[in-house]
Amino acid sequence: MTLVEARNVVRSFGQTPALRGATLAVAAGEIVAVMGPSGSGKSTLLHCLAGILVPDSGEVWFDGRRLDTRSETERSTLRRDRFGFVFQFGQLVPELTAEENVALPLLLGGTRRARALAEARPWFGRLGLDGLQGRRSGELSGGEAQRVALARGLVARPQVLFADEPTGSLDSLTGEQVMDLLVSAARGQGTTVVLVTHEARVAAYADREVIVRDGTVNSLSPDPVTP
Amino acid sequence: MSVPLTLLGLLEREPSHGYELKRDYDAYFGRDKPLPFGQVYATLGRLARDGKVVAGEAEPGAGPDRKRYVITDTGAVEFETWLAEPVDPEPHLQTVLFAKVVLALMLGRSAGQYLDTQRAAHLARMRDLTDMKRTGGLIDGLLADHGLFHLEADLRWIDTTAARLDALAAEVRGTATQTPSGRSR
Repeated sequence: MTLVEARNVVRSFGQTPALRGATLAVAAGEIVAVMGPSGSGKSTLLHCLAGILVPDSGEVWFDGRRLDTRSETERSTLRRDRFGFVFQFGQLVPELTAEENVALPLLLGGTRRARALAEARPWFGRLGLDGLQGRRSGELSGGEAQRVALARGLVARPQVLFADEPTGSLDSLTGEQVMDLLVSAARGQGTTVVLVTHEARVAAYADREVIVRDGTVNSLSPDPVTP
Repeated sequence: MSVPLTLLGLLEREPSHGYELKRDYDAYFGRDKPLPFGQVYATLGRLARDGKVVAGEAEPGAGPDRKRYVITDTGAVEFETWLAEPVDPEPHLQTVLFAKVVLALMLGRSAGQYLDTQRAAHLARMRDLTDMKRTGGLIDGLLADHGLFHLEADLRWIDTTAARLDALAAEVRGTATQTPSGRSR
């Protein structure tokens, strides 16, 4: 069953076209890597799928309903309640502890503080972060901060996790640890993942890959024949 | 993978029977391609002939071959020399990939489509290796990593080439027109 879908999406920034008719359907529970060179439009596609950007034309669907025609408030609520996000630089709130950062989506969704923190806590063991609950982002290594960001992206059990270059700021080994945890955690709770990356080694963690080139999506054959 | 030198290395560790050498070779080096017993004994025979190993007396008991093999000084020197040498860093310029791209362009076929097909095949193999790494132990993981890094290098080359296909097409077609052959275009 298709959970999130872009249909012929066009989006420009000023005179510069970023997407020129991008089409992509992602099934529930699937992990899809969106690859492509810099400036190809892959992040714009992610932002349209997640309702952060509204297409100039074309349609975005989520869970059987149009997403792009909803109001900013509705889309914002949807992002908070049904989607999780991980970006290249963890973008943790520096004033909050790691535990509060993880609990943030729950707190913003109205969960009481004690319960939100209680739900955040198990993620520290799950992602190898035990003992770091009280640290602030400046006291965490890049890999630790990114794992905290991953926990924050998944803590509210979102239906879709949108990950934009989640290992882009990490060295290769740390990046692979983060990907391994991301895939295990997403599969463990049935979260669909849209993963934007330009690295083939990161994309190899996904179930399949698509390539964005000049603003359109090329689906590579799922069962390629080696020439 | 040099089978004789690898067996010499295993014998440098300790004197061994043929079946022990096969067992350890398969465990560390022959995961995709186990060493046939016939090749083990044929290799040991050649190493013995060349004075690099010696076979002990046959030991009592059942089993195909109860001889224990021991490395000689000659064998040990050859092994140590090989071990210290770097492997030739091959430039891999004339690969099958490159030949296919150039031929496709020369013949006016879609090199881009070929590269996409190849990219999909590479990514599928990378997924398999990543899965092997995630589910296997350290040795599986390191073997998978070696494959992954090579495939990644190929993919970078594929991406770079895909971005330059127009220029490459102009160059190879230009060359084709200068070839003094009746079949040139």
